[in-house]
Amino acid sequence: MSNEESNKEMKELLKQAIAPAKDTELRRDLWPQMLRKLKEQPAPVVSVPWLDWALAAILGAVLVFFPGSIPTLLYHL
Amino acid sequence: MELLERFAAGDPEAFEALFRGYQKEVYAWIVRIVRDHGIAEDLTVETFWRIYRSRARFDAAGNFRAWARRISTNVALDYLRHSRRETELPEDLPSANAGDPAVRREARERIKEAFQELPAKYRLVATLALIEEQPYNDIAEAAGISAALVKVRVFRAVRMLRKKLNSLGVEANAK
Repeated sequence: MSNEESNKEMKELLKQAIAPAKDTELRRDLWPQMLRKLKEQPAPVVSVPWLDWALAAILGAVLVFFPGSIPTLLYHL
Repeated sequence: MELLERFAAGDPEAFEALFRGYQKEVYAWIVRIVRDHGIAEDLTVETFWRIYRSRARFDAAGNFRAWARRISTNVALDYLRHSRRETELPEDLPSANAGDPAVRREARERIKEAFQELPAKYRLVATLALIEEQPYNDIAEAAGISAALVKVRVFRAVRMLRKKLNSLGVEANAK
């Protein structure tokens, strides 16, 4: 059986069990719900975890004190 | 300044205008995937919440409709992933085409259950392609994958479903 035939057959079988969504109309305005969500969860401020700052500081220190490591680092990037 | 530029710049009125302009379309897309009005409403709000949060990344010269559809598809997919049923299917299943209405009803229920057992990414494309009969290109754009991959996923979903139904004794030949 070809893929097309196989899909068609399964499509028929599925449609017997699961009808296509006929009513896709939105029944109410969702803006009030959206407003509530905006008030409850203000957009998060992007924060960097302290561990990331620590790693960045270590990397910075290595680059300052051992500039010879820069080509090695670039090679591995 | 254009509406999309104002939205990207963080203007709340522009966001409200976009919300009111696109909520019906976003909802209609989501309800096709999740097939529940209440859940589709919540996911529509979640979609616009994600849109609002990532407004700074939106290219004002871009296509808001396509962007919203992509995000709504991801939101619906996340929902499918977390709502996936883990129920065991019964051993003896009748044909979906049996004469007895009660038997047919039973078979339809089992087919639904087998369908819900599919992994979310396959259920997504199978729902849109096989049940809702959406064009592969539209599904591909919404899911952020190629049309060829949509086709592959539909094929795999059909194969998985057939295997599952066969193992359960449901005759998979629709008439």
